[in-house]
Amino acid sequence: MMQLNVLIAGVGGQGTLLASRVLGRYALAQGSDCKLSEVHGMSQRGGSVVTHVKMGEKVYSPVIEPGGADVLLAFEALEAARYAHYVKKGGMIIVSTQKIMPMSVVTGSAKYPGDILDKLTEMGYNMVKVDAVGTAERAGNIRAANIVMIGCMAKLLKIDYGQMRKAVGESVPQKSLEVNLKAFEEGFNAIKLP
Amino acid sequence: MKKLLIGNAAVARGAYEAGVRVACAYPGTPSTEITEEISKYDEIYSEWSPNEKVALEVAIGASIGGARAICCMKHVGVNVAADPLFTFSYTGVNGGLVLVCADDPGMHSSQNEQDSRRYALAAHVPMLEPSDSQEAKDFTRLAFEISENYDTPAMLRLTTRVAHSQSVVELSDPERVELKPYAKDAAKYVMVPANARERHKAVERRMKALAEDCNGLPINRIEYGDRSVGIICSGNVYQYVKEALPQASVLKLGMVHPLPQRLIREFAKNVEQLYIAEELEPVIETQVKAMGISCKGKELFTVQGEYSAGMIRQAITGEAKAALQPVLVPPRPPVLCAGCPHRGVFYVLNKLRLTVSSDIGCYSLGASKPLNAIDAVLCMGASIGMAHGMEKARGREFARKAVAVIGDSTFIHSGITGLIDAVYNKGNLTLIILDNSTTGMTGHQHHPASGFTIKNEPTHLLNLEALCLACGASSVRVVDSYDMEGLENAIKEETGRDGVSVIIARRSCVLLDKGRKNYYTVNAKCTNCKLCLRLGCPAITSGEKASAIDKSLCTACGLCKKVCRFGAVEEAQR
Ligand SMILES: Cc1ncc(C[n+]2csc(CCOP(=O)(O)OP(=O)(O)O)c2C)c(N)n1
Repeated sequence: MMQLNVLIAGVGGQGTLLASRVLGRYALAQGSDCKLSEVHGMSQRGGSVVTHVKMGEKVYSPVIEPGGADVLLAFEALEAARYAHYVKKGGMIIVSTQKIMPMSVVTGSAKYPGDILDKLTEMGYNMVKVDAVGTAERAGNIRAANIVMIGCMAKLLKIDYGQMRKAVGESVPQKSLEVNLKAFEEGFNAIKLP
Repeated sequence: MKKLLIGNAAVARGAYEAGVRVACAYPGTPSTEITEEISKYDEIYSEWSPNEKVALEVAIGASIGGARAICCMKHVGVNVAADPLFTFSYTGVNGGLVLVCADDPGMHSSQNEQDSRRYALAAHVPMLEPSDSQEAKDFTRLAFEISENYDTPAMLRLTTRVAHSQSVVELSDPERVELKPYAKDAAKYVMVPANARERHKAVERRMKALAEDCNGLPINRIEYGDRSVGIICSGNVYQYVKEALPQASVLKLGMVHPLPQRLIREFAKNVEQLYIAEELEPVIETQVKAMGISCKGKELFTVQGEYSAGMIRQAITGEAKAALQPVLVPPRPPVLCAGCPHRGVFYVLNKLRLTVSSDIGCYSLGASKPLNAIDAVLCMGASIGMAHGMEKARGREFARKAVAVIGDSTFIHSGITGLIDAVYNKGNLTLIILDNSTTGMTGHQHHPASGFTIKNEPTHLLNLEALCLACGASSVRVVDSYDMEGLENAIKEETGRDGVSVIIARRSCVLLDKGRKNYYTVNAKCTNCKLCLRLGCPAITSGEKASAIDKSLCTACGLCKKVCRFGAVEEAQR
């Protein structure tokens, strides 16, 4: 049985919750135990949000510990850095190259570290950078960037295409089904395995 | 059938399976989704009540009327509902009544982290605490049985991690629960002193019975492992303990009040070192120590915030994982959305340098930079009383440079009485009601001034203007929240006037308004003066030579065009 801890980080409104629910559905279909820890409320208003996905034989705590994530799926570069220490040795950061300025940067009291992804690479993290927004736009809707990321992750972890696609199909609203399936496909194909 | 559900949805399912007929709530993170999920069941009457006190009173009426009823709120909601709760504990129930309260250790979305287990002790009601979604459903059902068997309201305590985590739940069919017969029983339900004295004895008898019976309750269970370490825990902390120390012996409490004293003594005897791991207050620890049992608790564990498997492992074994240092990056706190109708109000208040006593809601974000416009936020409804008190302390002149600000849902929740007080006691006060026609903070619930019920049915619309006039406000006026000039003039005029004035800043929440045709862009006239950045709009970013507007976020509210002195912002078609 696949044991997998995925931390999904982003900015409130980017669809981290939906992405985690896709993974939850996938886990359940595999017969795994699964827990997701979600964020509702205040921080969804444009704040930093993080959702935990844990699957395996038996899951107790719904929360991933620092150093416990197999994959950090980050929808924004700064958020990748904020949660990088959750990734375990040998784990992977899959990051959308999108940059969203926090208010402290907008008002000039802080600087957005432009080279943050290079810094993470230097620190030894195994980084996969994805143009998720561009890919989603090509698929027909920039809001499907979250599902693009799921496609990328499925390919990188060698997860069965059909089964994850099914989980996507069952998790997204009916009216945006087609765009999301396309986004999933584009995300999957955007990754070239060596 | 198996399903992944958040704890809140599992409670809703439990209520459905338990044959609940009436569900009442006022929204509040992390409890809101319980009642939202319940509202999808046609078999259950559900409502958003104006506040938690009313919600509980309606549920109590349903219980006396013979129905199973559920009432849900966040932890601070219990403060509001405490008055009916403490005396309903005396009368007991007819149909079972379960009060669900969701605590928020770590204050993900709250103004304090009070521990509602203390309420169970103080009000003498049993309290169950589930540790995952399956238990959330099962314990909800069990709570109704306990409520009816022991003639008591029962409390179900959730914490954010249980309320908002999904885990696997096995669904069952709903029970058929008949409405209980109703018969007048004044000795039980009329709480005048003579009757209440008798009922207080009934409370004592039932709590003694529960304290005995809970020793045999299967949800209180011992899991023996390595007996050198024994841990008493409940709720989500149980999950952290199992992950951190899978070999340890555990006494898992499903009922956190009253405590199963015999079981605790047995467990304490059979383990070498006893620990109590509980988030927030030392509620279990204090009681175990009072039983004369030695144990370790808060000398190892904090009363602050959330626990985790890692911190429990470290506290008990002393072994720390190699500390992983987070990368230091600028913080990203939540902000008012692009196009939020509250923004213009706070921009003006900041510009006028007024003392602002504010309230709880999305608009609490008016306290953050760069708007920086708020002086005090306490609890729902407090803004008006606080502003009135400031005037009484500092005098009339001070009140000319001060306002109270409150959201529409919050005004109805508990602001109305504050307004009546200011009028009655001859205050000089300017109140701004931010009427976005929804309960925004908790994810857009209807309320009496939105004109719709929880099931989206049109209903009587509470007229805020008429209400404020009836309270005795000498001036009530409505201004479009996007009209900053109009707002500024209104605020200047009303703060100058004697008596109590109300300005209703009205404009629907931008997230409810979907059709966006236009957006704004920055043209070559931008001098990079950065004034527009003072709006704190997430769609506007500063650049080397000019500000820029993110087309995908812009909602064309037009505030930036209004603050720009150089005509550098112009409208464009999507
Ligand atoms: C006693 C209590 N109940 C519930 C809450 C949760 N809560 C915080 S603000 C709020 C309502 C906000 O609605 P409104 O006043 O209309 O302002 P908006 O968020 O729409 O700007 C609620 C329900 C709370 N903090 N305290």
